[in-house]
Amino acid sequence: MEDDFIPVRLSVNGVPHRLFVEPRRTLLDMLREDLELTGTNAGCEHGSCGACTVLLDGQSVRACLLLAVQANGHEVMTVEGLARHGRMHPLQEAFWEKQALQCGFCTPGMLMTAYELLQQNPDPGEEEIRSALSGNLCRCTGYQHIVEAIRLAAQRLREEAEAATPSETTA
Amino acid sequence: MKPARFRYFAPHTITEATQLLDEQGDEARLLAGGQSLLPLLNLRLARPSALIDLNEIQALAFIHPRDGGLVLGALTRDATLERDPLVAARQPLLVEAAHYVGHPAIRHRSTLGGSLAHADPAAELPAVMLALDAAFTLQSSTGSRTIAAAAFFKGPFQTALQHGEVLTEIHLPGLPPRSGSAFLEFARREGDYALAGVAAVISLAEDGTIAQARLALCSVGPAPLRAAAAETVLQGRHPDEAAWQAAAEAVVSELKEPPSDIHGSADYRRHLAGVLTRRALALAAQRAERSHS
Repeated sequence: MEDDFIPVRLSVNGVPHRLFVEPRRTLLDMLREDLELTGTNAGCEHGSCGACTVLLDGQSVRACLLLAVQANGHEVMTVEGLARHGRMHPLQEAFWEKQALQCGFCTPGMLMTAYELLQQNPDPGEEEIRSALSGNLCRCTGYQHIVEAIRLAAQRLREEAEAATPSETTA
Repeated sequence: MKPARFRYFAPHTITEATQLLDEQGDEARLLAGGQSLLPLLNLRLARPSALIDLNEIQALAFIHPRDGGLVLGALTRDATLERDPLVAARQPLLVEAAHYVGHPAIRHRSTLGGSLAHADPAAELPAVMLALDAAFTLQSSTGSRTIAAAAFFKGPFQTALQHGEVLTEIHLPGLPPRSGSAFLEFARREGDYALAGVAAVISLAEDGTIAQARLALCSVGPAPLRAAAAETVLQGRHPDEAAWQAAAEAVVSELKEPPSDIHGSADYRRHLAGVLTRRALALAAQRAERSHS
């Protein structure tokens, strides 16, 4: 009985999956090992570093602190789900342009945390960005370029949203 | 890195959960938000034979008004506490303290009941429960009992919970009129465990003096501490700097042996406890006065 595998149905980046996992499998290991989505990184694996941050039903969570079986029936979004129509997400582009990464290990977690922040707050100030990133450790960059990249992406996303909404004056 | 093998159960009712606890024996553990237990499993510091996952029990996730106060289900998540308008209206102390628990990605999962049952001496919410005179419902397959927060916390990671019992409800009595509260803590980095934290509740009398002060601290001893001597010092006094100073001195003298580690010495924690006490009391009193105007 202890070797029993449990069926899990979930959606990852909009793709439905059905698989069998051991209860002790973390969501992180299921994403990386079973679904071969290795964009989500395994850092400290005890909830301190934020490298494995993914969204569960739209809310950021540590994939290392969730059992895969607990994702049954839920929607997961990973860094692989950010790109749109084969084009990098504005956050990813801004990270690239602003050199917001060196080794890149923390980047997937940073991106997912920033993605959630911009969903909730399209125009965050520097303090708000730094506060949102406080649960994600980067040991290379000193965070400055990451903060700048998020501000740039926020600006572009706001411009995109404005361009998509026909303004009343021109109507 | 992965946890040792365990049997896994995800009951849908409290009755099923207590039955499973009985069946699975002493080595079974309850899983709530998992933000403290999963690290222990991943590091194999805990090797339970069975995990009973409470997350599917809808009856444990609720926030209800009762007699001017609140009843909260043990599975209420910290992110929910932060945003709930009823909690903000009736027990803003809980909203303020919940915000200090880890980071958003933690708070989306971590639960009130989980934090209380885990009883980390550095955790914020157990201290808040002492300051709010909370009571907890503990349910087992043979019945349920209610226990005051003051009798619940026994030591580091030790509570009055017996095997077979599930913490199901948290009861918070309402505050008297002209009350204000504040939670303050000091941590090295945002989201870290505090070096010291203070929860303060001040209720003012008609004449503007302090009718009742309630004060509890975290991270300065083996369990959350109710600073009874400081509360007595404040009773009947005018809410002013001198009163806060006297209370802070009483708090510091009440601290037996705060932890001493690389993050801060015992002396530094004593100092922080005094400073935070003064500030939290002043802020709570200010809010009490504002609630009246």
